[in-house]
Amino acid sequence: MRAFETEKTEVAEIDRSVYDIKDKVNAAFEVNSGLTAEIVEQISKEKHDPDWMREFRLKALDIYNKASIPNWGPSLEGLDMRNIVTYVRPNTEMRGKWSEVPDDIKNTFERLGIPQAERSSLAGVGAQYDSEVVYHNVKEEVAAQGVVYTDMESALTGPYADMVKEHFMKCVPPTDHKFAALHGAVWSGGSFVYVPAGVHVDIPLQSYFRLNAPGAGQFEHTLIIVDKGAYLHFIEGCSAPKYNVANLHAGCVEIFVGEGARVRYSTIENWSKNMYNLNTKRARVEKGGTIEWVSGSFGSHTGCLYPMSVLQGEGARMEFTGITFAGAGQDLDTGAKVVHAAPNTTSHISTKSIARDGGVSNFRSSVVVLPNARGSKSSVSCESLMLDDRSRSDTIPAMDIRCDAVDVGHEAKIGRISEEAIFYLMSRGMTEEDARALIVGGFAEPIAKELPLEYAVEMNNLIHLEMKGSIG
Amino acid sequence: MSSPLLEVKDLQVVVGEENKVLLDGLNLTVNAGETHVLMGHNGAGKSTLMSALMGDPRYTVTRGQIIFRGQDITHETADVRARAGMFLSFQTPEEIPGITLESFLRTAAGAVTGKPVKVMKFRREMAAQMEALNMDPSYADRYLNVGFSGGEKKKAEILQLLMLKPALALLDETDSGLDVDAVKTVASGIKAYHNADNALIIITHNAKILEGLQVDYVHVLDDARIVRTGDGSLVNEIIEEGFTALKEDEAK
Repeated sequence: MRAFETEKTEVAEIDRSVYDIKDKVNAAFEVNSGLTAEIVEQISKEKHDPDWMREFRLKALDIYNKASIPNWGPSLEGLDMRNIVTYVRPNTEMRGKWSEVPDDIKNTFERLGIPQAERSSLAGVGAQYDSEVVYHNVKEEVAAQGVVYTDMESALTGPYADMVKEHFMKCVPPTDHKFAALHGAVWSGGSFVYVPAGVHVDIPLQSYFRLNAPGAGQFEHTLIIVDKGAYLHFIEGCSAPKYNVANLHAGCVEIFVGEGARVRYSTIENWSKNMYNLNTKRARVEKGGTIEWVSGSFGSHTGCLYPMSVLQGEGARMEFTGITFAGAGQDLDTGAKVVHAAPNTTSHISTKSIARDGGVSNFRSSVVVLPNARGSKSSVSCESLMLDDRSRSDTIPAMDIRCDAVDVGHEAKIGRISEEAIFYLMSRGMTEEDARALIVGGFAEPIAKELPLEYAVEMNNLIHLEMKGSIG
Repeated sequence: MSSPLLEVKDLQVVVGEENKVLLDGLNLTVNAGETHVLMGHNGAGKSTLMSALMGDPRYTVTRGQIIFRGQDITHETADVRARAGMFLSFQTPEEIPGITLESFLRTAAGAVTGKPVKVMKFRREMAAQMEALNMDPSYADRYLNVGFSGGEKKKAEILQLLMLKPALALLDETDSGLDVDAVKTVASGIKAYHNADNALIIITHNAKILEGLQVDYVHVLDDARIVRTGDGSLVNEIIEEGFTALKEDEAK
């Protein structure tokens, strides 16, 4: 008997239509969004955008106004799109007070042992404390290797302006979906990283250090370009909850992996529980390059997150390791997408979902193998654990294979914690709550070991926190 | 004389929605330093008694009392009983993926003693005990019972017994499924654990595991209660002649 009884399920038929959201324009939907060209121009002016960016924003706005809200996935009814302008221009309100941060978030800081000085900074309010100093130190160290690590605003006008222009939203175009278009129109904040050919960046770069740059944390744009044969580990976010007054997050991450380069992108997203997290992340991988995603989703009211990898060059590889934990009132729809667009490309997707207390944690994946991608391999495996009868966890894997000479596999397991395992652990002195947390922690372990140590520890703490009061 | 370690008084235990009676009017007293053996044919209620003593939520006590070290634990949960000093070696131990044997045992040691565990000291002791049990040291870093053979699972149970040092050890067929050498190793582990301050209750069909132990009482369970109690010699009598002969004896 195992701690979680699992059963394998066969995937008989796959409904592709849920992914066909591209370019579906519904003019009839067009409503008075309140987001006008004037407002976007004003944002552009305040940010001292170059001309091309101003035009880019306006074009994106146009696309945004014409695109409809995706008609699949979790309900976005709680998002008031007619009043989108309040999501876009909350900057003044975002400079809220520490005292206004909800208690549950403050308590989490307490329990995670985050230093006082960093708490208000992480919560998205107040000034930058020590973290700014750390950030500058990191910046100097990597700069010695020729690495550029800066905020997006500076990058737009700095020595790498042309490179930014050449890559900005080329991986995730504003036409991708409504929220990508919104992002294109109103983005602000985020990081720009460039790693020159052959450079191996030894220390992971962490965007965490500059989380509270003005306007960051809501429509932030991360642009990472790693040149031929280089290596980078980039860590985004933090396991402590990020609190924003406005409840829409539509960030964008674009990663360009050069020939033979390797990029590891780790993130734990733990937004406050009023948040609609509609983040778009995508990597383009050239010949022989590798992208590795490690992704944890904990917070948010509703989340849609499916990092995508386009394996563009022969022999390109992607690995995705993810975990999602949905509790009361949460609807988290997460997974990964991959497009095999060249021969002998490899993808491996491995995820774990946990749902408890009425939460919904769905896994959604899409594997596309184009006709020229002969010799490619793809494996998808997802395991879910439901902690009670009220919670839900569905698996929605889509595969579109247009090439015969490929090796594609999918495996899904759904399980529950066995009462026998709880009794076993309790007979060794652990309380029921601790026993459950231990089993869930064990379930998450394969993901935790992919994370940098301090994040693994925090993720484990987070699981224990989420499991508190899970009985009765 | 000090009070008994364990007193079971007029115990009635039921299971399932139909409240099927598995134990009825069972009495048992165990003192520190003693070794008790439970025997009886399959389904006589031996394992039920151990599970009920440990607080398995599948079983409900509908009458009687379990007094452990002077405390009425009849309706306490398993963790309370464990912290009071009770231990059950499971017949089929659970597999817990993602938790290594070592980290599990450290967590358990901390939970049982209520004190933080000194890591280096703990590791040294654990390594020594594993060696004594002929366990490959790499098992410490393997996930608890996952992929362990039947024999390794039983050894891991005895390792837990040796590390957690409970006042009362309930061993449910710890020898089943073991080869001759493994039974010897496990038996010597049990012997190493036992002293004048603790007690053993052992379910077995086999005398081998009792080698080196002084068996004080043998209880024969049948029909939801203890039908006969004797000294250690009863073990061999039963193994040689079987329960049926024993029952016929009784009838005469």
